[in-house]
Amino acid sequence: MTQGLRTSRRCSGDAGPTDSTELHREALPNNKALFGGYFHGVPPLKHMESQEEKPVIYTMENKPIVTCAGDQSLFTSLYTSLAQQLPREPMEWRRTYGRAPKMIHLEANFVQFKEELLPKEGNKALLTFPFLHIYWTDCCDTETYKSSVKEDMMRWQNTLRSHSSADWVIIVVETNDTKKKNKPNILPRSSIVDKIRSDFCNKQNDRCVVLSDPLKDSSRSLESWNSLLLKLRTLLLMSFTKNLGRFEDDMRTLREKRTQPGWSFCEYFMVQEELAFVFEMLQQFEDALVQYDELDALFTQYVLNFGAGDTANWLGSFCAPVRNWSGLLLRRPIDMEKRDSIQRGEASLLDLRSYLFSRQCTLLIFLQRPWEVTQRALELLHNCVQELRLLEVSVIDGALDCWVFLSCLEVLHRIEGCCDQAQLAANCSHTVGLWAYATDKLKSLGELCGLVSKNGPTSEDLNRTVDLLAGLGDERPETVNSLQSPYKKLKEALSSVEAFERHYLELSHAAMEMYQAIGRLRSARLVGKSLAEFYMRKGDPERAETFLQEALKSYVSEGWSLPVTHTRKQIAECQKLLGRTEDYLQTSALLAGDVNLSTEERKHFCQEILTFAGRSGNQSHKVTLSMNVFAQLTRLQFHPAAASVHSGAVLQVELTLRCLMPVSVRIQQLAASIHFDIDHGGTLKRSKGTLRNANQGTIEFKQGNSSAGPLFSAAAGPALEMDEIQDRSPSDNSLNSVGVVCKNTHLIIRRRENGSPPETSNCVSPPAVAMKEGGQMLKVQNVTLEPGNNSITFTAPSGQPGTYMLRQLCATVGEVQFVLSHIYPSVRYEVYSQEPQLTVEPLSEPLLAGMPQLVKFTLLTGHYTVKKGDALQLSNTETMPILPSSSCTARISSPEAELVGESVLSIQSSEKVTSISLPPTPPYHVLEFQLEVLCIIPSGSERPANERLTNGEVRHRPRSYSHPDTPMTAIDQRMSIDCPWSIYSTLLALTFYIPFKTKHSLLSAGNRKYIQVCVQNVSDMNFTLADMKLTEKQHSSLELQSFNTKTNQLLCSKHSVFCLWEVRWKDDLPSCLQCVFSANFSPLNQDSSAFKPFHYQFQLERVTTLYSVRAEILPPTGEQHCRSGLVCELEVCITRLTEPSEGEVAEDSKTDTDGLKTTKLMYEVADSSSNWAVCGKSSGMVLMPLRVNATHKVQIEVMPLFAGHLPFPKIKVLKYLPHNAAAAIQPDPDSCVENDSLSLLDKALDDQGDTASIRSRGSVHSVGSSDQQQRGVAMPRLEPFSPGQVFNNSHSQQVLVLPTADDHIMEVNAT
Amino acid sequence: MAVCIAVIAKENYPLYIRSVPSQNELKFHYTVHTSLDVVEEKVSAVGKSLADQRELYLGLLYPTEDYKVYGYVTNSKVKFVIVVDSSNTSLRDNEIRSMFRKLHNSFTDVMCNPFYNPGDPIQSKAFNGIVSGMMVQTG
Repeated sequence: MTQGLRTSRRCSGDAGPTDSTELHREALPNNKALFGGYFHGVPPLKHMESQEEKPVIYTMENKPIVTCAGDQSLFTSLYTSLAQQLPREPMEWRRTYGRAPKMIHLEANFVQFKEELLPKEGNKALLTFPFLHIYWTDCCDTETYKSSVKEDMMRWQNTLRSHSSADWVIIVVETNDTKKKNKPNILPRSSIVDKIRSDFCNKQNDRCVVLSDPLKDSSRSLESWNSLLLKLRTLLLMSFTKNLGRFEDDMRTLREKRTQPGWSFCEYFMVQEELAFVFEMLQQFEDALVQYDELDALFTQYVLNFGAGDTANWLGSFCAPVRNWSGLLLRRPIDMEKRDSIQRGEASLLDLRSYLFSRQCTLLIFLQRPWEVTQRALELLHNCVQELRLLEVSVIDGALDCWVFLSCLEVLHRIEGCCDQAQLAANCSHTVGLWAYATDKLKSLGELCGLVSKNGPTSEDLNRTVDLLAGLGDERPETVNSLQSPYKKLKEALSSVEAFERHYLELSHAAMEMYQAIGRLRSARLVGKSLAEFYMRKGDPERAETFLQEALKSYVSEGWSLPVTHTRKQIAECQKLLGRTEDYLQTSALLAGDVNLSTEERKHFCQEILTFAGRSGNQSHKVTLSMNVFAQLTRLQFHPAAASVHSGAVLQVELTLRCLMPVSVRIQQLAASIHFDIDHGGTLKRSKGTLRNANQGTIEFKQGNSSAGPLFSAAAGPALEMDEIQDRSPSDNSLNSVGVVCKNTHLIIRRRENGSPPETSNCVSPPAVAMKEGGQMLKVQNVTLEPGNNSITFTAPSGQPGTYMLRQLCATVGEVQFVLSHIYPSVRYEVYSQEPQLTVEPLSEPLLAGMPQLVKFTLLTGHYTVKKGDALQLSNTETMPILPSSSCTARISSPEAELVGESVLSIQSSEKVTSISLPPTPPYHVLEFQLEVLCIIPSGSERPANERLTNGEVRHRPRSYSHPDTPMTAIDQRMSIDCPWSIYSTLLALTFYIPFKTKHSLLSAGNRKYIQVCVQNVSDMNFTLADMKLTEKQHSSLELQSFNTKTNQLLCSKHSVFCLWEVRWKDDLPSCLQCVFSANFSPLNQDSSAFKPFHYQFQLERVTTLYSVRAEILPPTGEQHCRSGLVCELEVCITRLTEPSEGEVAEDSKTDTDGLKTTKLMYEVADSSSNWAVCGKSSGMVLMPLRVNATHKVQIEVMPLFAGHLPFPKIKVLKYLPHNAAAAIQPDPDSCVENDSLSLLDKALDDQGDTASIRSRGSVHSVGSSDQQQRGVAMPRLEPFSPGQVFNNSHSQQVLVLPTADDHIMEVNAT
Repeated sequence: MAVCIAVIAKENYPLYIRSVPSQNELKFHYTVHTSLDVVEEKVSAVGKSLADQRELYLGLLYPTEDYKVYGYVTNSKVKFVIVVDSSNTSLRDNEIRSMFRKLHNSFTDVMCNPFYNPGDPIQSKAFNGIVSGMMVQTG
């Protein structure tokens, strides 16, 4: 556009008019096509005298005026090259007031000089101001100069001076031709110039320029041209600077007077615009724009001041009622009509604004800033509306809408005119605002004129339309021929409903598409919404709904509750009109629960649902709606909290429903469908135990905030739901593997759409819900849901064992069903079935044997109902009789551990069984009772044969064993119980502990025998022992005399009691004694009836004393006492005390050659305490005759090592068995326990290092352990005597040992 | 002063929106919501030129016949929108900026409250007070 303009200008320049008339004529066609415009008030350049008011064409083609005087034909011949060359080089224009210098291409309009061209005093016109005056002459003849030229120049000069114009230049053209012509009277060329200079240019020599050979193509000519052009440019710029500067100063002065009364903005406007024109003429569009912007700002400020109460008189004209609203006119560079009216002070505010904007628009387009036009246009339109409001200008309704509409379209047309399609498309963002604004305005116009209503405009509307159209005036001549002018559009749109609709839709769609193209989706949807409102008014809900749904989706996804509510209300209206019952009810439900609405509105929508629901049900299906909008499930509670019951038990589920309806709603049925899973008890069994316990049977359902605020806590997402998995082996229930699984991975891993909140109750259209017809249901009939929280209790079915999962919830209100399609988090409960279980456990730990102890029987009935007459059959055992008691009561308690009943048990004992009749007990109850039992302490080595139980099983002897945790000996006592619910016997074991440990020992004094029994209390209780008795079973002649003085003996915990008896016999002491120790015991501080017997059996063998050993230490000869370090003599005397018994003779004696029976004994002297040193032989063999009083003496040399009373060294006598008698003795392994002597001997033998050569180590070891070795290797061996068989007379005897005489060696032991 | 002040979360849902009671609240909701278009446009434009990133004030988002809508976006992409009546011409850009700054400071205080759950609607009395101070008090 601008490019085209430039070209056209150049062309016109080339044509080279020399006459101002010609110039104008030349310019006119060009301009008319492009801009056209008439300029009033500027003095015309020609025929001024005749036609003062003839319009002067003002065009962009204006150039600064330069007048030419003098030789016109000369100028004409040079005009073309001058006009061409002047703008060729740019000049730097230095500006005043610190404005930046600019490079400027100067052009000029050369016109013939006339006095009329010079501005009169007070004329401020700048456009027609001649900036430079040139006098042309080619005079080279002094005569001619003097006669005519000088005079002409003088006149010219005088005229200029009289108008105080100092911008002039005299150009003297020299040609060689003229030189040649005037050869005879040679006058140096310079002389004329000098003359002129001296005549006119006093001190201003640069005012006279010489142009040499202008029409010749020579370097000289070129040089002179250049200097001339430079001079002209310089002078022109000087003139500009000077004249514009003066003008600006004047203008500023005028502006400063604006506070004075009588100052008129319109006058000032004209002045400053003049400046703008000049800048525009100089192609300084930026500067020109600044002038208009300043005017704009000044005017705006006045309006604002008016608003603040500071009224300027001149504003009055702008406050006149608006009568014309024909919109902006941007097709002309200057709207002369408006300019005139401004000049006359008759312009309205809209006129002024329109004119100003059209000028700004023109300049901006020259500056190639079309998008600024659109932006400013929008501001302008908004601003104008505000300003009219502020100035309280009366405008008829709709007039402004018309003006704005027309203006928007005009701006858009103007922009479209100077940009191609691609540019327009790329800059939608700049134009879309105008489109939307126009759409908006057209819509309100349509509403105003009754074009939107279904019935068409009323007569009143038509009157209004006519008024509005009248204000538009006639169409501008520029657009009369165009088919799509804004004027035509508006007129057409207002003329009929159909045309309006067409135009409105066209605009709306254009605006929407543009918004969508630049990604302003929200704005697009808002336009769409307004379009929907239009459709609704037109009675076309179907189309409206699409737009509304689109908008609703966006509001919901971004969580804007108020727009959501509003849009939803509109949608409800649509759906109602469309008869889409289900959708309408769904939306109504949403609205009824919407807190943004007033209670009345909510009640209305609720009533809509209820009315529908109440209709008679001739429809085949019920309308299913999402429950979330109706009521929210907030809590679910199980009673009992474990959510795990046995089959048949009562399990209640309490739901807390938050009803969102504004009124109470009566629900015919509330049902929860259940998914049932049979519990197969397979290997993969989830143990929900820990999870359940954590929430105490209460599940809270998190809901999105119903008030549609922030619908989500953005980052959180659903919480992890973990379950423990235990994989157990099906056979023995041992744990194979344990793991943790996440149950809701599908929710957590699900891809989240960025920035969009998850769907909540506010979803646009709730997903289609369907009630699955499940097999089982929780049902409650006729519930009334009050607004807010409601508690509803269901009784859950618990017939079959398995897992029950609550899937869906459905509330039925007449024909309407509200369905919660998925209860999440999942809710389940378990129903289990249990076998009856009988346990017996001690009432107190530990159970002590030998005393009556209470044991508790616990029967978990499980699924079994204990009927009357059911009894437990206990097989009696001798070792643990059940003590009959009269008052044995059974407690029956419910699974919740509440006592249900008590009854006395009847216990009947027969020989074999004890029968306990059970009271009737319901299933899954606990029956408890206590029985007193007594475990008889096994007395020693008694070994009865195995018995058979009543059921034929082999009775297991209760075996005693030592328990690692307690010093007490434990006995496992088994019970066999026949239960009514099973054909098999229940075997149960009880562990009893023997509170005592008993030991016995045989003591001897020569031939006399004593028996000692030690009873140790190993339990934690204290006992009283009474009536300790020892009896011998086989030998009645034997008398056991007690040394125990006390009958009752206190036996504290961890203490022992020793009892002693002397054995007396008459004839012969039997070698084997069968003894029974018996005592009564009772816990301390209980009466004598509580005494229980305690028996201890033991057997003593080889009781008779065979040998007596007597030792004597004799001091060395000559000494009275033994001395340490001196060898003394140990005399050992072994005496046979009894006749050999028969067994003994057979066993280990051999008959000597002389018929005397002898046996071999071995003695050993050992001193373990290192008091003595045995000198020489310490052991030896003795051949002992088997006869009474046979004595054998042995002397051994020993040396005391210390002084003092030293105990005698130990003397041991052992049987020596020759090899042939090896296999004779079979040691009883059991005797090891009771008789420690063997192991003691073993130890003693080990100590004797020096006798090792004699005895066989292997054989000694074999004594207690392996008889196989014994049998295989027939070696001579040693056999100890039983403890009573050898009596040592000098046991513990001591001898005084004196220290050695020479006591210079002294040993001191300090310890 | 302002006729409507809104705080909008990063995800574009309103954290706080309050308008003068005398006027149609719904209209302001629509206006503020639509202004998000321009906010997004401006924010994405700012993202391209790194130099401007510290400027939180977005300036005039768009004018309508009756209102001017100004925007401001925090570094955490929380948006503040102030709607001013167009007839209120005395309001300068600097004043709008200082209103936003005040709003931002108060918002920061709200966020510092340990009992405030980020993302929840703002219900702070102090914040409400600041907003009230910036809004036109009409009878």
